[in-house]
Amino acid sequence: MREAINQAPRRSLAGLIDQGSYQVVLGLAGCIALLLLVAPTAIILITSFTSSSALRFPPPGLSLGWYRALLTDSPEIVEAALVSLRVAVAATGLGTLLAVSGALGIAGSTTRWARILDSALMSPLLLPSLALGLGLLLTFTLLETKVSITTLTLGHTTICFPFILRTTRASLTQLDPSLRDASESLGGSPWFTFLNVTFPLIRGGIAAGAFIAFMASLDNVAISLFLADARSEVLPIRMWNIIENMLDVRAAAASGILILTTIVLMLVMERVAGLSKHIW
Amino acid sequence: MTTPDRAVILSGSGRPAATRRRPWRTEWLVLPVVVFFALFVLLPIAMLVAISLSQSMTVHALTLAHFVRFFSDGLSLPVLGRTLQLGCETSLLTLLLSYPIALVFNAASPRWQRVLIFLIVLPLLTSAVVRTFAWVVILGREGLANLALNHLGLADAPMRLLYTEPALVVALAQIELPLMTLPIIASLSTIDPRLREASLALGGGHWGTLMRITLPLSLPGVIAGVLLVFASACSAIITHSIVGGGRLLFMPLYIYQQGLQAQAWPFAAAISLCLLVAILSLVVLVNTLGRYLTRYAYA
Repeated sequence: MREAINQAPRRSLAGLIDQGSYQVVLGLAGCIALLLLVAPTAIILITSFTSSSALRFPPPGLSLGWYRALLTDSPEIVEAALVSLRVAVAATGLGTLLAVSGALGIAGSTTRWARILDSALMSPLLLPSLALGLGLLLTFTLLETKVSITTLTLGHTTICFPFILRTTRASLTQLDPSLRDASESLGGSPWFTFLNVTFPLIRGGIAAGAFIAFMASLDNVAISLFLADARSEVLPIRMWNIIENMLDVRAAAASGILILTTIVLMLVMERVAGLSKHIW
Repeated sequence: MTTPDRAVILSGSGRPAATRRRPWRTEWLVLPVVVFFALFVLLPIAMLVAISLSQSMTVHALTLAHFVRFFSDGLSLPVLGRTLQLGCETSLLTLLLSYPIALVFNAASPRWQRVLIFLIVLPLLTSAVVRTFAWVVILGREGLANLALNHLGLADAPMRLLYTEPALVVALAQIELPLMTLPIIASLSTIDPRLREASLALGGGHWGTLMRITLPLSLPGVIAGVLLVFASACSAIITHSIVGGGRLLFMPLYIYQQGLQAQAWPFAAAISLCLLVAILSLVVLVNTLGRYLTRYAYA
């Protein structure tokens, strides 16, 4: 009995040190890492509202001047943004059709072959995209196709569809197969079953994947470098040139618009599709 | 049977439909994506191989000259080495930063988890150009880092931080952070919390539990994260070029220079293939090692 009393405080002191050091160290490390994660985005957002003509943080004063300059006298940036948007919409659309159809096709099968196919189809996300871009350019050259906005869209689709395939596959595995079986055994045609049973249940997964794919296309540089002609320069490449050559604050304003758009779209997607449930 | 079973009629079989798993075959639905994949992923890689083995774009004589040049010109191989080293350093730093975030996320209440997941995903979906640009503002001559160093009295004159390799590793690690954090969060959430509780109740201590229970069981997430970060750090051409500057040459920019600027297409194809093979073999290596370690952890 006395031993137990003697031991208890000693153990709990060591336990307290253990627990305390664990919580303090990891809590601090986590907070620092989170700060590092968020700070650059916040810094560029604040800098974009600067009133000075230099990229300095913190800004000496606030103004909307650079946003005005971006929207009124930077036709080349607006032009590039429109090209990027068109390509991203088309590539996401084509990618969604391919991926949803593919996911439905693979879903029924559990063979080894289906598993290999699944990981092969995801490979564009691991391949160095510059190699893929160069390969695509060589292929289009072989097919005697001139690079244009069409080749650019096809190239972007190769990196768009895997995202949608992944989220759609995940939604399909969570789908209770008895629902589909019930619809089919009650006489629903495959189309009827897909439109009224399967699709409403995997809609969120498709939307989340399409959103991620859309943002990835908007951001892609490696493939665009090879597949865009002079007339279809995309936004990230345009911004890259501005940042490297003149470093002017219009690039910060363009970044500000991109960040704010991303935040708004994320909140909308969270509402509509439950984005965070599908992203991991 | 007074009313005919429609499903049986439609499926053209005498067996009751309910006992059949798949009355309609849907496997053919995979065809469009497979054709697309073959045309725009496999064919381009085959083209890379074909062109890298030919004399030039027009002369299709078989030659290994471009690969010989890659391994013997004394310039290309160090570029590949430096790129892979950059990938490794970035992966390690990212892992060190993201594991605590994942642990904090795991311990947070559902309300806070929603906020945290938003903070983690936002940078992931924000353009990489934007995130790279932020580092120019932070690391520039009049940037935040120099301002802080000056205030702390650590430096009198502005230091050259941009265009150095450590700066590039830090910037890349920050940019790739979500790619590592999300898989680790996913694998932490699959660990049965009773395992941790048991270890703590039996006197394993918090650190001991982290090292012996949590860390080994989250290995699949760590490996997935490391691979994603490694692959994208090796091909982040914009960050290499803007934060690394012209004097630090890495594979993506090298491919771009040899291809589009020097029009040395076969050599560019050979460089691309060397990068591709290097990355894929590291992926296979880490995966195998990971599977071995995971089996060890679960045994």
